[in-house]
Amino acid sequence: MAKEKKLYTLLVHSENIAGILNQITAVFTRRQVNIESLNVSASSLKNIHKYTITAWSDEDQIQKITKQIEKKIDVVKADYYTDDELFIHEVALFKISTPILMENPEVSRTIRKHDARMMEVNPTYSTVLLAGLTEDIADLFHKLNEFGCILQYTRSGRIAVTRSFEEPISDFLEEQEKKVNGDAE
Amino acid sequence: MAKEVITGAEALMRSLKDEGVKTIFGYPGGSIMPVYDSLYGYTRGENKWFDHILVRHEQAAAHAAEGFARVSGEVGVCIVTSGPGATNTLTGVADAMLDSTPIVVIAGQVGVGALGTDAFQEVDLVGVAQPITKWAYQIRRAEDVAWAVSRAFYIARSGRPGPVVLDFAKNAQTHTTEWEPVHVDYVRSYNPYPKLNAKAVEEAAELINNAEKPFALIGQGVELGGAQSELVEFLEKADIPAARTLLGLSALPTGHPLDMGMLGMHGNYAPNIKTQECDVLIAIGMRFSDRVTGLPSTYAKQAKIIHLDIDKSEIDKNIKTTVAVVGDCKMSMPAITRLMKKNTHKEWRESFKKYDAMEDEKVIQPAIHPAEGPLLMGEVVNMVAEATHGDAVLVNDVGQNQMFSARYFKYNKKRSIVTSGGLGTMGFGLPAAVGATFGAPERTVCLFTGDGGLQMSIQEFGTIMEQQAPVKMILLNNNYLGNVRQWQDMFFGHRQSYTKMLNPHYESICKGYGINYDVVIDRKDLKAKVDKMLATDGPYLLECAIKEEDNVLPMTAPGKSVDEMMLEIKID
Repeated sequence: MAKEKKLYTLLVHSENIAGILNQITAVFTRRQVNIESLNVSASSLKNIHKYTITAWSDEDQIQKITKQIEKKIDVVKADYYTDDELFIHEVALFKISTPILMENPEVSRTIRKHDARMMEVNPTYSTVLLAGLTEDIADLFHKLNEFGCILQYTRSGRIAVTRSFEEPISDFLEEQEKKVNGDAE
Repeated sequence: MAKEVITGAEALMRSLKDEGVKTIFGYPGGSIMPVYDSLYGYTRGENKWFDHILVRHEQAAAHAAEGFARVSGEVGVCIVTSGPGATNTLTGVADAMLDSTPIVVIAGQVGVGALGTDAFQEVDLVGVAQPITKWAYQIRRAEDVAWAVSRAFYIARSGRPGPVVLDFAKNAQTHTTEWEPVHVDYVRSYNPYPKLNAKAVEEAAELINNAEKPFALIGQGVELGGAQSELVEFLEKADIPAARTLLGLSALPTGHPLDMGMLGMHGNYAPNIKTQECDVLIAIGMRFSDRVTGLPSTYAKQAKIIHLDIDKSEIDKNIKTTVAVVGDCKMSMPAITRLMKKNTHKEWRESFKKYDAMEDEKVIQPAIHPAEGPLLMGEVVNMVAEATHGDAVLVNDVGQNQMFSARYFKYNKKRSIVTSGGLGTMGFGLPAAVGATFGAPERTVCLFTGDGGLQMSIQEFGTIMEQQAPVKMILLNNNYLGNVRQWQDMFFGHRQSYTKMLNPHYESICKGYGINYDVVIDRKDLKAKVDKMLATDGPYLLECAIKEEDNVLPMTAPGKSVDEMMLEIKID
């Protein structure tokens, strides 16, 4: 397996129990792999939480990390993906200076060109929201930064759904449930 | 009918009883007092159910639970208090994690209201234990006790076994709940027995059928899966020579015609050399530890590798496999055996003998039959092994005593070696041996320990005295931390930095604890003194005055390939 480093996305599904995030991040820490972004949310399945984690790694290492995460008792399933296997989105909020926005027409042109939305405008600052790919957000950040108008900036972790048809764990859970029902019969 | 209302502590007793627990290793303290109060009623009188072994240090409780589990195949249990009581067990918990030993540690915890306040003897046990446990859980309500205990035992013993820590908040011990037994045998996020992949089984069988020089590596997984007879059928059908890891030593009886000895840094010469010559390597229930592989980048490069393991995270972790058969080896081995042709590999098998002869001449004979000079570890182990006819349980500590005893002991019965393989825990031996006497009361338990490791747990003489635990302790005393000294001599220019050790007068210590004691200084007394020890009921310490600066051989130096194993070393 090549040792080429790529940005991988892990989708982890777990039971909704306290302390699982800690167990997942510990797997990265132990191997000295930085988590680039992390998002935790409910999934489409009841009581199952979904973690979307990105990290730079080679495939060999990300495969081992994925297996070690899946080994945790309350983790239902863990899989890793490359960008071409996923629909990916991130959200960023920019707080910018209204006086600069008013002074320099390039600022609002740039915001429009990036399909970002003005959420709020008041005499001192304005809030801009952009949902998109990592590169789109980074691009807008760099441009606004050049205009010297950014007061605050924050970006969410990546969220992603697979391009395959189902939640990857629904089959797995069904299979597991069958096992216990089968035993009962 | 109304359900019975009981305390959480009482629910723990009933839950442990439902899990079939009879033996508990423990030490009381503030936050676990309600549990000890319930235990009182279960350890005496008409309702007596549990034997509670009061250890002298909580670390020993964990190691004793490990020793118990390793020989019996049951879950070892210990109960300790919060804070220092709990943290003291963690070395044993980490040890159990690395060596796949099923134990359940139940620790007291401050009440839920005091959590996070840095209360007296409060420690974030679940937080600390998580990376070194299979599962760690805090019981915060009395009504969760039955579920948590049953889940703990299910997780500890199923699949690849391991340690579970239950952090039992004091309020959950004292509060009451309606008693209803719970039996957990399913956790939806946990798949302990993965289904065999038929294609992988076929591919494995095909590789073996086409192999000219197949070689099997036997790990503890065979013992944990109770697959010793399946292993023999598998090996014999295709005439496959096999070597055993340190933890897998008793998975195949010593002297079986296909047994080629022990793997590892200080294992036997032939299996290490032959690893680099085989064409198909079949690893069964072992994890390619660095002590087995030496330099992984040069390990068995010429071979196709088949890996049988119940834990899929072990596949490709250290060594890349050609075919992975994930599943319980009690199922996977017979499945492969069925598809295997009957075969013989006489020439290949006999090619090991050349290397055996070299090791025998250069290492083994000088170690077990020295003509002169001070006593050697090898000859003491060999003497005890002969006197116990391979029927005893070997427990050892860590270091030279561990390597010598593992190499020269004999194993005729399954589950006969209790050793700290993964974590390499000095101080493990003595308490683990105590635990083993409770786990296998019908068997002779022989402990080999060094003077360093013994002193790390010597307080357990108190437990041995009180329980009259019949441990036959063989102290291989060389007045050195011998293994580190060997490395200092070999790799650190003979600078013996803090490895020489002034020892106490062990006879006086034994006298204080009422433990039988004898010492061997002269070789000619060895046999008689070993026989006397084995013929004496109860605990016994046989101190052997060992040559001070002896080395364990053969040896693969760290960072070297397994075929660079040395039969002799030169120290300048």
